[in-house]
Amino acid sequence: MLRFVLSRILLVIPTFIGILLLTFILVHLIPGDPVEQMLNQHVIDPVRHAMLMHQLGLDRPLAVQFVDYVWHVMQGDLGTSLQTRIPVLEEFLEHFPATLELATCAMIFAVVFGLPAGIIAAQRRGSIFDHTLMGTSLTGYSMPIFWWGLLLIIVFSNTLHWTPVSGRISTDYYFEDGTGFMLIDALNSDDDGAFISAVSHLILPTIVLGTIPLAVIARMTRSSMLEVLGEDYIRTARAKGLADLRVVGVHALRNALIPVVTVIGLQVGTLMGGAILTETIFAWPGIARWVVGAINIRDYPVVQGGVLLIATLIILVNLMVDLLYGVLNPRIRHRR
Amino acid sequence: MRRQLLGAMAVSVMALCISFAAEAKNLVYCSEASPEGFSPQLWDTGTTLDVVRPVFNRLVEFKFGTTEIMPSLAESWDISDDGLTYTFHLRKDVKFHSSKTFKPTRDMNADDVVQSFDRMMNKQNPYNGVSGGAYLYFEGMGMPDTMKSVEKVDDHTVKITLNNPESPFLADLAMEWASVTSKEYGDQLLKAKTPEKFDLEPIGTGPYSFVNYEKDATIRYKANAHYFRGKQKIDNLVFSITPDAAVRKAKLEAGECDIIVGPAPADIASLKANPKLNVEEQEGLNIAYLALNVTKKPLDDKRVRQALNMAIDKDAIIKAVYLGGGTPAMNPIPPTIWSYDKDIKPYPYDPDGAKKLLDEAGVKDLSIDLWYMPKYRPYNPDGKRMGELMQADLAKVGVKANLVTYEWGEYRKRMGNGEHSMGQIGWTGDNGDPDNFLYLWGCNGKNEAPTQNNTKWCNADYDAALKGAKETADVAKRTEFYKKAQEIAHEEAPMVPIAHSLVYMAMNKSVQNYIMDPLGFHNFEGVGKAQ
Repeated sequence: MLRFVLSRILLVIPTFIGILLLTFILVHLIPGDPVEQMLNQHVIDPVRHAMLMHQLGLDRPLAVQFVDYVWHVMQGDLGTSLQTRIPVLEEFLEHFPATLELATCAMIFAVVFGLPAGIIAAQRRGSIFDHTLMGTSLTGYSMPIFWWGLLLIIVFSNTLHWTPVSGRISTDYYFEDGTGFMLIDALNSDDDGAFISAVSHLILPTIVLGTIPLAVIARMTRSSMLEVLGEDYIRTARAKGLADLRVVGVHALRNALIPVVTVIGLQVGTLMGGAILTETIFAWPGIARWVVGAINIRDYPVVQGGVLLIATLIILVNLMVDLLYGVLNPRIRHRR
Repeated sequence: MRRQLLGAMAVSVMALCISFAAEAKNLVYCSEASPEGFSPQLWDTGTTLDVVRPVFNRLVEFKFGTTEIMPSLAESWDISDDGLTYTFHLRKDVKFHSSKTFKPTRDMNADDVVQSFDRMMNKQNPYNGVSGGAYLYFEGMGMPDTMKSVEKVDDHTVKITLNNPESPFLADLAMEWASVTSKEYGDQLLKAKTPEKFDLEPIGTGPYSFVNYEKDATIRYKANAHYFRGKQKIDNLVFSITPDAAVRKAKLEAGECDIIVGPAPADIASLKANPKLNVEEQEGLNIAYLALNVTKKPLDDKRVRQALNMAIDKDAIIKAVYLGGGTPAMNPIPPTIWSYDKDIKPYPYDPDGAKKLLDEAGVKDLSIDLWYMPKYRPYNPDGKRMGELMQADLAKVGVKANLVTYEWGEYRKRMGNGEHSMGQIGWTGDNGDPDNFLYLWGCNGKNEAPTQNNTKWCNADYDAALKGAKETADVAKRTEFYKKAQEIAHEEAPMVPIAHSLVYMAMNKSVQNYIMDPLGFHNFEGVGKAQ
């Protein structure tokens, strides 16, 4: 097992270097420089422009900047935002709880509804259930996030008045020195109204962000279950007279889950992509919006550091998924 | 029974919350973006200037809803005859805000004023390099060349000396970059070795004190009980950052915002139809124009430039691009600015006349690049669409226009370098002074156009008029000079003035006394809310 874990961790190192290099090159390829972006409509003379670029350390050759950057990253220093002058890591940690809270809820939503939907559809293959569930999941998968979000706001917030439009909690509440996780802070505040407000603010963004993973998980579960349900050992289990619930729930599901778990791991990346739009629509102060904002103003350290940290998270989640296979299927960890 | 009891408890807690919320008056303003920080000196985007505005005051300020100067931290001032020395007499009853970490021990005085300017002017000032130390607005307004020194005469008198007479100087001082900050707070932070907090947790003298900023989500302020113009009617002012215009509209309709910024032109009709809402509109202090680079052939010929002025159908552009939310422009300054010359006869939309002029100039089968703006700006909502309309208009007079664009920063840089032939661009006024617009097309009496002059047109008479106006404080004389400048610009036609856009604000009917700002800022001093 240790060897398995180590080999997986070793694979992460080249991935890291690749990400570092790629973000660095991409972000510097975008035309326009940070000083230019910082100016509103005024112009400053070229001498002053050059001075500011020098002050920001951006007048050095790209290769020097890259080596310097990697050197600092290795020491845990991701740099300082050119715009706010706050360390990148500090800004990341400030935005991260919002995204983690939303992404966790979206993932729970996707798994809680996606898995059963896939199982039921597989069990009743060809039935009206199957067609309806799979049709719905395809629609969900194809729905542009932006449009889907606005549609839900118009229906549930503006017409039915069931949910708030956007934000993390009503502006009536705020918590100083909180954890950044609104649900936890609201619970700690001992104010039921605050908790209800935080939960109601989470509903629409959770649905919007969770829709695509839900559809993918449902379809993956269905096809994986169908495959497993056709296996000999399932027939044997049924022949032994085991209850349907036990056959499906224990014998079939455990084996069918392996590809599903892979897909769930990969969906973390999709979630981050979806978070960009979801966070914009719902005015959610998370990391995706933070990085996109930084791209718009060429805040190089934030873009580089932000992408690196997000990539690290995705790598870690996928590493965990790899390790989880071993738990689900002992053959994987004992191979070789 | 137990469940019922719990339910009853929950309802009563909620009712309590609601009654608590009703007691304190909150005003929620849904804004468009996150501020860079909380320093009026370091950043010059409208978003940041809006969020620092409730916190700070300046020596002089604009009367709400106008660009007239009124006393603020300075009760009165004297200007020397040569226009070089400004002496300000400060109010004596102005208190700085308190926060959890700072309690002021004295009232605002001349030391605070001197330190506020010294930070930007003096490289040796301990705060000069803090938070990046780039004072873009101060520099963008040309202040390093204009201002010579700021000195304390006594505790309540400050003397500012200029290098050259600059009649718009009072209007310059009413701008956000000239906000007065607390020296005592700065010194305390320096001692604590956390000077960067100065620009993130602001302490000012303004109508609201800063409470907290939840990154990218909300900014909270509370009314300053000791405000020298009186305590505000609103207890808590909240900026709820909502980047998407459609979502801002939905929040206003759902009652989650009281006021929203920049509703989309397409939404104005439905907002106006809502009986719970008010939509206010105002002519923006701005202009969108097509800069004609006179250093490129055949635009060096005045007749060609005049022909282009006659070839473009501005009314059609206003209908299609501004969706009716704009007025056609004929002068380089908007009609709301004093000294606007109403008597100028605008070039008519006349394709035949344009063709004739082009023939006279010997221009045939002209193919020329037309740069269009890649980004939404309040004065030009859709550069591409505008470019397409212009292209079609120009085709009618036999000019083939090729549409070109670049990334916004790159676009401005290249335009500043004069790489374009014709290019859309625009301007939003900083302080309502005619010079703040007209200087854009001047060359300071040298025969070399500075970066901001996108037309690269230099005219000695035009420069002389601007210089004359700067050197006198007499408004009637200045008006004459500026009218002359407008006449020259009209005749020489280095640009095609396109439009002045309308600016909208939408708000709940319960919001009282909100006055739209001609400079495009959002001001909450004096605003109230009906229960």
